[in-house]
Amino acid sequence: MTALAQDAIPQNPARRFEKVCAILEENGNQPQRLIPILQAVQEEYRYLPEDVLTFVATGLEVPPARVFGVATFYSHFALEPKGKYCIRLCDGTACHVKRSLPILEAIYKRLGLSSKRTTTEDMLFTVETVACLGACGLAPVVVINEEVHGQMTPAAAVKMIDEIEEREKVIS
Amino acid sequence: MSARQQATSHPDPLMGALRRVVICAGTGCVANGALKVYAAFQERMRERNLPIILELRAEDDNQDKTAITRSGCQGFCQMGPLVTVLPENILYTQVKPGDVDEIIATSLIGNGVVERLLYCEPATGRTCTGTGDIPFYTRQQRFVLGDCGMIDPENLDEYLRHGGYAAAKKAFVELSPEAICTEIAESGLRGRGGGGFPTGRKWEAARRRASAKKYVICNADEGDPGAFMNRSVMEGNPHSVIEGLMIAARAIGADETLVYVRAEYPLAVQRMRRAVRDAVERGILGENVFGSGLNLRCEIMEGAGAFVCGEETAMIASIEGQRGMPRPKPPFPAQSGLWGKPTIINNVETLAHAVRIVREGAARFRELGTAGSPGTKTFALTGHVANTGLIEVPFGTTLREIVHNIGGGVTGTDGSIDPAGFKAVQIGGPSGGCLTEEHLDLAMDFDSLRSVGAMVGSGGLVAMNRDTCMVAVARFFMEFTQRESCGKCVLCREGTRQMLALMDDIIEGRADETTLPLLKELALAVQKGSLCGLGKTAPNPVLSTLRHFAAEYEAHVRDKVCPAGQCKALRQPWINADKCKGCGKCAKKCPVEAISGELKQPHVIDQDKCIKCGACLASCKFGAVEGLPGGQA
Repeated sequence: MTALAQDAIPQNPARRFEKVCAILEENGNQPQRLIPILQAVQEEYRYLPEDVLTFVATGLEVPPARVFGVATFYSHFALEPKGKYCIRLCDGTACHVKRSLPILEAIYKRLGLSSKRTTTEDMLFTVETVACLGACGLAPVVVINEEVHGQMTPAAAVKMIDEIEEREKVIS
Repeated sequence: MSARQQATSHPDPLMGALRRVVICAGTGCVANGALKVYAAFQERMRERNLPIILELRAEDDNQDKTAITRSGCQGFCQMGPLVTVLPENILYTQVKPGDVDEIIATSLIGNGVVERLLYCEPATGRTCTGTGDIPFYTRQQRFVLGDCGMIDPENLDEYLRHGGYAAAKKAFVELSPEAICTEIAESGLRGRGGGGFPTGRKWEAARRRASAKKYVICNADEGDPGAFMNRSVMEGNPHSVIEGLMIAARAIGADETLVYVRAEYPLAVQRMRRAVRDAVERGILGENVFGSGLNLRCEIMEGAGAFVCGEETAMIASIEGQRGMPRPKPPFPAQSGLWGKPTIINNVETLAHAVRIVREGAARFRELGTAGSPGTKTFALTGHVANTGLIEVPFGTTLREIVHNIGGGVTGTDGSIDPAGFKAVQIGGPSGGCLTEEHLDLAMDFDSLRSVGAMVGSGGLVAMNRDTCMVAVARFFMEFTQRESCGKCVLCREGTRQMLALMDDIIEGRADETTLPLLKELALAVQKGSLCGLGKTAPNPVLSTLRHFAAEYEAHVRDKVCPAGQCKALRQPWINADKCKGCGKCAKKCPVEAISGELKQPHVIDQDKCIKCGACLASCKFGAVEGLPGGQA
């Protein structure tokens, strides 16, 4: 795990669950608040670590299977850590007919990823496709973290990745 | 009355200001840099010492000032960022921060127009000054969307000034719950989320249930890929959604409301949360609403990315903190919904229409649309048309009007207008079907679309040109529903997977004469054997394309040819004799010895031997191998 991922997740057990406790408390330890709780946990850790899920189950007094069931059902919950930059390519209908797939292929090729392996080894990039981002007027669309980029081309997408890598090199 | 007059006929959009610059801050325009333009306007105006205000308040003296405000989605997403100057009503398109100085000098200090930033109609080359003469706008009837592109979504004052919450007040103070249900029933309003169920009947059923606790849920889980109407309304006019919820709550006697928003819409979530907070602070929501003695709460909940949660009972399960799986109906949610209490679930757009019906009356609402489907409908017009964006038209409008007049015509793959390029429109997303040339003059409403095997759905309209492979489009939707199936019903879970496998066989050249009959049989079985709308409608795109584009399927299956040239596996690589230098490298690399030719002479590929692996393409230094993906196709 890189320094970056370690920053996000304190290793000391007491500190590690401090934040989860606060989230559980904010939601009144109510099992029906499970989805907002998991959303808040994911916001904090960038994914849902297994031991944290078990902790949540204990805190809510529900079986861990129920928590895992919900966490695996919804596509927004990630059970594995994601990269610092999450590249989401829209493959909604409008983007699809405007040729979003060649963009995905170009991004995969640039980062050496595939539909099976979606995060780069240095934990810098995660590549996902989403069904629709609702920015169909700008199709095809690529979103990097929260920033929306419209009317994309394979070359422009690769250029954005180059720029991020450059910036990251300067920082480190 | 033109669309924009409709929007500006509200009392005084200037609210006493000298001029108003409205910068569209919908997701589309923001992606294109609208916020930088907004910042540039502030900066440049300050540099020039021109008096500006950023938030219009009716009680302030705004007389000598220019208001610089943001609005929700103005609909014309492709031309963003959009900047409107009022009262002249000039619309500037694709504005960059560098253009701001010129706009200030010409249109704010002077009274002129910056010609180069005006919209130019692609078909005729005519420049249009404002929304008053752009066909994209003049041919629409914008009611739900009218205020979206004008008012500042984060300013409650402005919503109030535009007559906001008057209908909610009327509902709580003047009208009885029965009267509201009767008015909605008389208007003939049908659910805009897809099914088209009469809203009045739904409300009446919930009103009649005796229960101390009832709920109203706003379905804003707009999962249909290619649709963004609800997002735009929530981003552009969030208070109208809250007002609709208030009316529905009053009509059935609920004291708790909830908006279930799709998590992919962060801006909509943020604006809805802000709107609820402002409404609570102002005493519009909370205890003793409008002095009626009734209480009302509103909560915003973010979904977690499951398409099936758009289904009523699955959404209820999700709100209760469970996996979003549907359950059999009856009991209907109006009888036993959230936590077993009577619950109604309405789409964002339905609620926005309800506000107008209570404010202006059922008769006024019925003036537009058809007898069976009164009122207007918003559509997200996307795909291969010149003007993509958000539109609102009365039911009964023809497809020709939408695609050719509002959409400005079909575009070819290079983006230019192709007058003969129209192939089909996919309507209703993964549950819908396609409409073809023969349907161009069909008056579209809930019933007429159902009669031709399509549906209004939530309102995604994706236009496709002649270079689109309909088999690939059907496969795309099949893949979507297969992925999104919750797994409860065997025929939906396994049936969609098998249908997808059959579609892959067709696209990758493995299909034989048994494939199509099997596909059809399976499609009908999935329709019958699934519990909820997702499974019941999942085969629709396949059935509809089979019906209208049978020849295209036949070509894939029998001749192993994709007429549109899109399906990779059916493409045939060939060597361009003009570019081939005859180096022989490709012949050496070919694993099946399909390439032959003399040295220094153009080589040829034997199509019978070729396995389309692409080794020749990768080895050629001269770009002479064509017809394969990644090459010059």
